[in-house]
This record gives sequence, C-alpha cells and structure tokens, in this order.
Amino acid sequence: MQNDQLTLAPARGPSGPRKGRALPPWVSTTALLMPTYGWLTIAVFLPLLTMFAFSFLSATPMGKAPIIFTLKQYRAFIDQPYLVGIGITSLLIGFWTTLICAVLGFLAAVALVRSTFGKTREMLLILILLPFWTNGLVRVFSWTMVLRENGFLDSLLHMVAPDAGSIGFLYTRYAIVVGLVHGYLPYMILTCYIALVTIDDAIIEAAASLGARWWTILFKILLPLAAPGLISGAVLTFVPVIGSFMEPRILGGRVGVTMGTVIEDQFTQAFNWPLGASLSFTLLAVVLAIFATFSGVLRRGTTA
Amino acid sequence: MTNVKVNSVAKTYGTTPVLADITTEFPEGSFTSLLGPSGSGKTTLLRIIAGFIKPDQGVVMIGNNDVTDVPVWGRNIGMMFQSYALFPHMTIAQNVAFGLERRGIKGAEARKEVDRALEMVRLPGFGDRTPKQLSGGQQQRVALARAIVIKPSVLLLDEPLSALDRRLRQEMQVELLRIQRESGLTTIFVTHDQEEALTLSDKVAILDKGRIVQIGEPETVYEKPLTRFAAEFLGDSNFLTGTVENGAVRLADGSVVKSTSALPANGSTVTLAIRPEKMAITSGDTADNSIKARITTVIYAGPVLSYHLETADGVPLKLFAQNRDGTVLKEGDEISLGWSAEHTVAVAD
Repeated sequence: MQNDQLTLAPARGPSGPRKGRALPPWVSTTALLMPTYGWLTIAVFLPLLTMFAFSFLSATPMGKAPIIFTLKQYRAFIDQPYLVGIGITSLLIGFWTTLICAVLGFLAAVALVRSTFGKTREMLLILILLPFWTNGLVRVFSWTMVLRENGFLDSLLHMVAPDAGSIGFLYTRYAIVVGLVHGYLPYMILTCYIALVTIDDAIIEAAASLGARWWTILFKILLPLAAPGLISGAVLTFVPVIGSFMEPRILGGRVGVTMGTVIEDQFTQAFNWPLGASLSFTLLAVVLAIFATFSGVLRRGTTA
Repeated sequence: MTNVKVNSVAKTYGTTPVLADITTEFPEGSFTSLLGPSGSGKTTLLRIIAGFIKPDQGVVMIGNNDVTDVPVWGRNIGMMFQSYALFPHMTIAQNVAFGLERRGIKGAEARKEVDRALEMVRLPGFGDRTPKQLSGGQQQRVALARAIVIKPSVLLLDEPLSALDRRLRQEMQVELLRIQRESGLTTIFVTHDQEEALTLSDKVAILDKGRIVQIGEPETVYEKPLTRFAAEFLGDSNFLTGTVENGAVRLADGSVVKSTSALPANGSTVTLAIRPEKMAITSGDTADNSIKARITTVIYAGPVLSYHLETADGVPLKLFAQNRDGTVLKEGDEISLGWSAEHTVAVAD
C-alpha cells in the first residue's frame, strides 16, 4: 500500500497535468465570494431595500389608492406620542432580558467549561440547545401554564405554604422578560462558552498559583477574556428582543404592547406597511445609535 | 526560602497508579529536576506539590507547614508553565503585579517590585507592552518575573523551556540558573530533556512508572546509575550481561569483564552498563576490559563520531569518539574496544 503511494506521488507533483491551468486570482476570489454575497443580496439586502422604499410611501402599494412619496411615516413618534412610551418599554425589556441572560449565560458557560468534561459536557450542551428544537410558540405558551394564577408556580408554593396567596405573575412585564430570557439564554451560553473554552487552563492555574481565589479568577481573568463572547451574545439577544412580538403578546396580555407588537399590527391588522416599515427602520436606527455609543467599550472588550 | 518534603504521596486515576508512594525531600535553595518519560508521574508530582492535584494519601510539607489540605492560592508558590500562561488582557507590568496585588501590595511599592523583577529577567522598560508584542523567550522571562516577584517559598517549573527553540532554550537555561542562584529559591523543575536536567540541577530525580528510580547529584546519577532504566534514560549506555565469577563477570562468549562496583554473589546473572564515550578504540589489551566488535553504522556529527557496533554474539554497542585526527572508520571494520573497570557499572534490571 505504502509503496504504491510512494510511486504515485511524483505524478501529482509540480510537473503534473494541473500546471498552467491556474486562473487569475481575482477570478477565483470573485467566484468563491459569489455564493455568499449573492445569497446576502437576495435574502437580506433586497428585502430590506424594498421595506426601506415602502417606508416612504403614503399607503401600502396594493389596490387602487394613489401612492405618493412622503416622509410622514417617520413623524409617527411625534404625531403619536404614546409610541415613545412603548419604545422605552421595549428598550427596557431588551435591557433587562440581555442583562439577565448575560449573568446567567456567563455563569452557566463558566460552569460548563470549568467543571464538566467529555460526555457530561456534551450532554449538557445538548440540553441547552434542546429548546431551539421545540416550537417557539409552544415554549411561550408553556410559560402561561407556569405563571398564571393557580398555575404550576402557585401549585409549588401551595405545596409548601397552603395558605399563601397567588404569586403567579402572568400578564406582567416580568412574565415577558422571563419568556424572553428562556428563549435567548442559549445564544448567550453558547457565545460565552466559545469564548471561555479557548482560555488556556494554564492561565487560570497561573492566577491561582499567584494567590487568586475563585472570585478574583472570575472577575479579573475569565470575565475580561470572555468579553468578546459576552458582547456578541448581548448583541444577538438585544436586537431580536426589542423587536419581539410573540412573547409580549402571549405573556404580557394587556401590558404587552411593545414596538414589536405595534409593528406586527401594522403589517397584519392595520395593513399599513409603510408605517410598519418606518417604525422598523427607526428601531434599527436606535439600536445602531446605542451600539455606536458603546462601540468604544465594545471594541476595547474584543481586542483585550 | 524553604525546603519541600513529600511523604509517601500516592495518586491513582481510576485503576492506574500514577504515583506510587513517593517520599523525598527538596532541600532549601536546591535546584532539583524531575526527569522521566511521559507518564512517569513527574508532572503529577509537581502538580501535587503546587496543590492542583490532591494526593490520595501522603503529606506535602513546604517548610514546616503541612500544606496537603491548603488550596493552591494559599501555598505561596511561584509557577512557570510550558505555555507561558501570561494574562493576555493585561500589560506586562500588570501581569507581574498580579501576585503582588493579591498580597495587598499596590501603588508605588508594587511598581518598584515590578521594575526590579523585570530588570532581573533583563526586560527593563517592557512594562507597558502586552504579551502579544513579545517573543516566546521574552514571554517566558515575564512569566519568570511574575513567579519570583511574590517571593514564593518554592519555584515550580513545568517544562517551561520546551516550547522554545534550541538556541533560545540554552539562553534561558543560563538565565534561569543565574536567577535561581541569585534568589536562592528552592526550585523543582519538570523536564523530559536529560541534557537540560544535567546542566541545570543540583539534584536529578529519575522517575519511572510513578516511582523515583534514583535521586542524586547529576554526576552520581550519570556515572553510577542504579538501574538499567536510569542508565538508558539519562544519556546513552551499552549493556553487557554475564555471570558473576570470582569478583568479575564472564560474558556468554567466555571473555571476562572487570568492574569496581559491588557485584552480587557468584553464579548470579548481572547487567553491566558502560557509557559509549567511556569506550575507546584500542590496539591490544591495554585497558582493564576489552571486547571485539564490527562497525554497523557510522554517524558523522562533526566534533563527535558515533559508531554503532555489534559483537560476535550480536550484542549491539555504541561508541562515541572525539574527532581528533579526522580519521573515520568504515562500516564492516573490525575493531577492539577498551574501557576501565571503574566505568563498568552493575545495574539492576
């Protein structure tokens, strides 16, 4: 076997038949990049551009109503001041969800990386990913079973203290945050896990040998080194959360009016696509503004 | 500055014993190398002394304190790792100051200590750089500065030089030795590089299968190995097996080999170890011992010629000869080898 390979080897060498067929580098580069950028253009760029164009229309371009270009959709926050309150609610829900996800996700990732090995770790990682494989709607509805009055949470409480009242908090903003944390925690755990798993054990051992106890190692070594993971996790959580509409609607009930539900309403109920589009882009602008404000901090975190 | 003692320390992973009942002492200010092949337990022993591994049984003493149950952070050790293990998000000065901060030393005092430590490893003025901007050798110097700045009770080195290339490694060996001598730190050095162990240490401990086979000064361990493994692992060795007869050893071919080491009783089988450089090409029976052999391979390495030989009985031998007159023997040449009884060491199998 080995001999065969040895005698075959020269035929594939530099004097082989492949020589001279190399394409100029720019052709191969373009060819290799085409699938990615082609897909991005079709799937992301074109729809976004369409929506952007819609946001300047006076009405949804269907039916016979006359269409004019206008900027009035972008005045929604001035014309309808209650939207400002809804926007702030959305940002607060996003903030708390991201913060809770960051704390829980980081600690869970630390536990995964530092105290599990081999099979156990694989098993735990699968358990973390499991919610992704269940329908989001089912996940959110299951929380209503837990959080409603006389739900699972109350049953648990009444097992310990039969005379206690209800602690169910369905149809509050807390319920929305609980549902969102449940949905987005896996992203945070995974991004933190990826950042933490690359840290050399010797670095942690070196810190311990120099006299660092666990909290010093956690805050002075692991946290700064996992910052890139925390930041990408925070972005992955914050952006979809402030636009979310399913969790607010199901778990928030009457108080569950957020930017996400308002935008969804424009598309599905009010049939006012231009307003929905303009609100979406306003939200996008706010998110970008927030990231721009903190970009200094973020950049320092990633290069560290 | 303190001595380190381990008393009947043992460690088993699953059913595999990694360390079997090790008792030894590392005297104050000494530089001891733990030398052995991978899986010999040398790293495990070091990590037990450091506190990263808890032994199944036995006691670890640093100075007069029993530290067996003291966690790593409370043992006041300085440690160097193969992968340098600098904190990548901190500057060099912050790296070196990390241990000082843990001891409550801050501000100007810490800065002074950091500067002194960096000067000691010949990297003055490097404090504001980051580890990424430094070469491997420089990073390892910083790691050394970080380990000694806290004035540890003991310096533990886990193959710190094996990631460096040969030149840099030799340079660092000299540095390490100088700093160890200056600081007087009790140092325990894990290595699989026998030359490094011989060059650096006051004492060499050879480990095999979780046991210390031999511990002693480098010259003693090299010149008078106790076992075949020790003779083979530390340097090269030729082995001749024979039967003890009237204070000498009779080989299978009938020739007699003299040895100054203590031999077992008449009639018992014994293995003799002879270092390849102790043998010489002779013309006649001028030496205590001699044997005839045929050259099978010639390796020309410039200053040293090494010959692989075979005796008439098929025993393989090696010979290292200084390239004094430029004559190189050829494969197939029959030569006569001579060596003294003093360099013929009886070893246990």
